[in-house]
Amino acid sequence: MDPDILRSYIPMFSEAFLLTVRIGWIGILISLALGILCAFILYFRIPAASFLVKCYVELFRNTPLLVQLFFIYYGLPALGIRISAEVCGALGLGLLGGSYMTESIRSGLEAIPYIHTESALSLGMSRSQLFSSVILPQAFYISIPGIIANVIFLLKETSVFSAISLMDLMFRAKDLIGLYYNTTESLFLLVVFYVIMLLPVSVAGSVIEKKVRYRMFGD
Amino acid sequence: MGFEVLFKGKNAIRLIAGLGIAMRISIISVAISIFLGIILGMLMSMKKPIINAIARVYLEIVRIMPQLVLLFIVFFGISKMTGLNLSAEASSIIVFSFWGTAEMADLVRGCLLSIPAIQYESSKALGMSRLQTYVYVIIPQIVRRLIPLSINLITRMIKTTSLVMMIGIVEVLKVGQQIIEANRKASPKAAFGIFAVIFLLYFLACWPISCLSRYLEKKWES
Repeated sequence: MDPDILRSYIPMFSEAFLLTVRIGWIGILISLALGILCAFILYFRIPAASFLVKCYVELFRNTPLLVQLFFIYYGLPALGIRISAEVCGALGLGLLGGSYMTESIRSGLEAIPYIHTESALSLGMSRSQLFSSVILPQAFYISIPGIIANVIFLLKETSVFSAISLMDLMFRAKDLIGLYYNTTESLFLLVVFYVIMLLPVSVAGSVIEKKVRYRMFGD
Repeated sequence: MGFEVLFKGKNAIRLIAGLGIAMRISIISVAISIFLGIILGMLMSMKKPIINAIARVYLEIVRIMPQLVLLFIVFFGISKMTGLNLSAEASSIIVFSFWGTAEMADLVRGCLLSIPAIQYESSKALGMSRLQTYVYVIIPQIVRRLIPLSINLITRMIKTTSLVMMIGIVEVLKVGQQIIEANRKASPKAAFGIFAVIFLLYFLACWPISCLSRYLEKKWES
């Protein structure tokens, strides 16, 4: 491995890194918003809407992100719907993540035993009080581990963005391997930047999970 | 809408054959992962410090490295470093087995540790041998928990194998691109039709398996 080559590649990789991280986190925010919305629709059994949400979740949980991105980026323009690569990346990741987040949040909401609802109502709480001070706080802690796992999964999925010609880390690495054939250096930097991107999230995730478990079960 | 391209020549059959290639890679990798994962999971549940330390590093690598990065390392890196000429298919099977083994081992470990110690003690008190304890008490319970989870792993494996087109394997997405390119003049809307069909094909391949996994989980829950 040649340190001079490494040094000259770092700026290119950091630029790609920032792009990947930016689109990745925008996608994750979209997925969280979508997940919360869809989980509420499922929890409150809103007719029609909850059927649509079920179809959406099944459709996106059972197809790969790569195929979804190809469909949005290359398939839709044939019908006249044209979106830029960056928006497409964030949107695709958000749609994929939304379906996973929906499942995690919904299972958190449904894990609260029915007796809590009954007890709260018999104590004279209103429906909105029941939801905001009994169900939501508990469901939040139950869904946290699932949400963290999804965040890590989604950050990893950002690696397929290069397929829709976004200049992300994978694109850079493949480009440099093709141009200069410095395979070892490119791959090394690729791994380093992915570790920088994911290790803090993974570590922070385990810490938060432990804290949550402590709050819930006290062990 | 671009669906008419499918009925030209052998296009539909070519697409399905492309999906078959992705499926073959995932089935081979799943078989290897389940076999190695069970062994590793059992080793990890024995709580030996050295094995656990190694296994934790291995699991953490798999947890934070995207599968595509691993594919690049094996496909481009190994051939450069060792001069070994791995085919794209061989490298993808290596990577997916590497990834799947870690996932499977984690599942097996979780299941083994979820069996309360009292069950081992009770079997001992009843005069069962170690082998009998495992065959009649522990394994039947673990299998019931493990089968839905490992079926789930299969669908994830199938979805992840779509990545192999990025290292040049001609699977369903690549075949789709070829068909679109070949018919660019005749049917310019082919991109929509072909990618919609591929979307649907993946869904049809994974959805029944997901449903089966959910059904078994519910059935064996009680």
